[in-house]
Amino acid sequence: MGYDLIVIGTGPGGYVCAIRAAQLGLKTAVVEKRATYGGTCLNIGCIPSKALLHASELFEEAGHTFEKMGIGVSAPRLDLKAMMAFKDQGVDGNVRGVDFLFKKNKIDGFIGDARIVAPGKVEVKDEGGKTQTLEAKSIVIATGSDVARLKGIDIDEKRIVSSTGVLSLPQVPKHLLVVGAGVIGLELGSVWRRLGAQVTVVEFLDGALPGMDGEVRRQAQRLFEKQGMAFKLSSKVTAVDTSGKRLKVTVEPAKGGTAETMEADVVLVAIGRVPYTEGLGLKEIGVKLDEHGRVAVDHYYATNVPGIWAIGDVIAGPMLAHKAEDEGVALAEILVGQAGHVNYDAIPNVVYTYPEIATVGKSEEDLKAAGVAYNVGKFPFTANGRAKVNLTTDGFVKILADAKTDRVLGVHLICADAGNMIAEAVIAMEFGASAEDIARTCHAHPTLPEAVKEAAMAVAKRAIHM
Amino acid sequence: MADIRVPTLGESVTEATVGKWFKQPGEAVAVDEPLVELETDKVTLEVPAPAAGVLSGIAAKNGDTVAVGALLGQIKEGAGAAAKAAPTPKVAEAQKPLPAAPTKPAEMPMPPSVRRMAAESGVDPSKVSGTGMHGQVTKGDMIAAIERAAAAPTPVSAPVQMRAPSPADDAAREERVHMTRLRQTIARRLKDAQNTAAMLTTFNEVDMSAVMHMRNQYKDLFEKKHGVKLGFMGFFVRACIQALKEIPAVNAEIDGTDIVYKNYYHIGIAVGTEKGLVVPVVRDAQLMSLAEIEKTISDLGRRAREGTLRIEEMQGGTFTITNGGVYGSLMSTPILNAPQSGILGMHKIQERPVVAAGKIEARPMMYLALSYDHRIVDGREAVTFLVRVKEGLEDPARVVLDL
Repeated sequence: MGYDLIVIGTGPGGYVCAIRAAQLGLKTAVVEKRATYGGTCLNIGCIPSKALLHASELFEEAGHTFEKMGIGVSAPRLDLKAMMAFKDQGVDGNVRGVDFLFKKNKIDGFIGDARIVAPGKVEVKDEGGKTQTLEAKSIVIATGSDVARLKGIDIDEKRIVSSTGVLSLPQVPKHLLVVGAGVIGLELGSVWRRLGAQVTVVEFLDGALPGMDGEVRRQAQRLFEKQGMAFKLSSKVTAVDTSGKRLKVTVEPAKGGTAETMEADVVLVAIGRVPYTEGLGLKEIGVKLDEHGRVAVDHYYATNVPGIWAIGDVIAGPMLAHKAEDEGVALAEILVGQAGHVNYDAIPNVVYTYPEIATVGKSEEDLKAAGVAYNVGKFPFTANGRAKVNLTTDGFVKILADAKTDRVLGVHLICADAGNMIAEAVIAMEFGASAEDIARTCHAHPTLPEAVKEAAMAVAKRAIHM
Repeated sequence: MADIRVPTLGESVTEATVGKWFKQPGEAVAVDEPLVELETDKVTLEVPAPAAGVLSGIAAKNGDTVAVGALLGQIKEGAGAAAKAAPTPKVAEAQKPLPAAPTKPAEMPMPPSVRRMAAESGVDPSKVSGTGMHGQVTKGDMIAAIERAAAAPTPVSAPVQMRAPSPADDAAREERVHMTRLRQTIARRLKDAQNTAAMLTTFNEVDMSAVMHMRNQYKDLFEKKHGVKLGFMGFFVRACIQALKEIPAVNAEIDGTDIVYKNYYHIGIAVGTEKGLVVPVVRDAQLMSLAEIEKTISDLGRRAREGTLRIEEMQGGTFTITNGGVYGSLMSTPILNAPQSGILGMHKIQERPVVAAGKIEARPMMYLALSYDHRIVDGREAVTFLVRVKEGLEDPARVVLDL
């Protein structure tokens, strides 16, 4: 059986790559080890977590905000089982969507573990242990990433959970201890806090959301603390004692020192993700990995072995579904001789907490480190009409523009709906827009994105509503 | 279909103005037949038909500015078409617009910031190369272009003086003609020279008796041997070169904070033509015999009037001689041919009473004028230069003997 292309993994990188390749006329097959398509994102990542974030946010609003708006309801009652079913329904709809798209594009799907036995040859072993070998001119490794583990702490997905287990807790824990104040820890910490858990976040570094713009990080942490989340910074978890009814968690200062013990019902390990290449046979056929265990690729996503390519979380770059998707499209186009390309300077990054945090481009810290002269335009949502009536005045928009050319270098949003609002900033950056260009672009009133326009005006110190 | 395109126009010339079309759409043309006139800063040239057939369309009309390689028009090939096309040209086909001449690759809309800056600065964004997506001009590109425009040496960039409207009964009796490219260039260069150099003029007069005597004595023999008439220019060029060697500043130019002295003598000779002044250059005139100089000037002058000079024949001069005398001028203050530092003005030879050895005599006299750039030429040098030229002409033996 000869294919033009076999994609291993059907997450956002793999399935998008396969569909684009099929659109471009390549005879394409995919191999997926999970029972359903869609990878981490659709099954145990972005999609189910967003279902829970949405539901829990409404739950919290019903309990706190409705009354202020004159909606009289009795205190909302949580039916966790039903909420989980709602989440599963969302996942099911999405993974079936991928299945439909594969059929529509005449892509053959194989369920089983893939191993590259030689360039052009992929062996698929199904659940029953039966193997078959597929052949293709090109093979794409899109196997994504897996949860990073903490030394000495075993994830059982019951009481010590990863981002997977935390999506299916059977009941709301009294105390959830989150290890890692990154995107996953804050999003899922927020879910369980809204549903009634006391949440403590332990972070090795000295603040939440490492790597983001400093001002955004400080504001975010303040807001999360106001919501009731506790932070234990510059600290590390060294051991979890599972012998008792409650977990006994040993927390030490990051630099070492006196340890303390905290009790928790559930510990969420959310310290990051690592590329997933297990069982692919890369070592045997000589595919090179980099020093972080990622598949090493060139500018065109080619590995050192001809005919073997890689995209998404398994290669260098931010571990984001949309980054993987864009790489999938670019690679499919490269494979048919087109000029596929991803602009890594304009990839948005979103944290789906409340308020949401969305950024694209450089932070102030990045620009300072690079010695770039820049101007800052900031606008708070307390001065935005729509945010005021919606009672969502938390947060601000911050635009960083080149001091000389006024070109937009970075946009940072912390506000309700920031994830949707970042799109205009990404397009502006993709087109090399100046802050003035955003400021002179008409924005509908009354909307939250008006704050983006005001921040752009503030770059030239001419915001109207401040 | 054969494309008619703008040919290579020579060194440093990138665009031209379309002049007259000799053929109209629908007319038959033979291969190599002149089709259209192009004017550049320096020359006017004719674009020949690349193929025989019928001129099927004109893409650039009279007055349009076109870049090298731009589409001017198209010819529908075939001799048969040529035969019957002339009486009843197919209007519909002839009028069909041709694809626009290639200007900028992508016509992306201008971002709002660029639109504002264009309106405020007067810098035309369509002439700025864009670094944005699909070649779009970004605000940064525009800022850089405005800075470049400000840094460029155009001190006369004051807004163009708009003429007040004429009274209605006068307006009907006025004629408005677009300045040719050559005229615009002359205007700009002359004004640039005035604005840049510390220009002034020194005068002297020369008794032409000796030169005229020599000329009368040898003109027939000279013409017989060299095939060119013995004129005055050769004497002047030789006399000037000798004076330039003594006063090198007059043959030098300013480059930033340096003075560049040139140990070669490329003498520009101003020639009036129907369309304006051009200045072809006699290169390395110091190596030429008088006859060679006369021959070269005669050839350059003829071709200047015919408009067939090449660009490079008008570049690189180190000193210029202009002769207003041919039109009857008695005295003038020539304007420098920048970046040169000196220009000699010749004038009409007129018999005037002159006191020589205590007696009043009628002598053929000519006033000489030297305009010079006082920034690098001192008054003493300028006057000495002119005296040396005078001496060399009044006593040609000094030139022969290098005295």
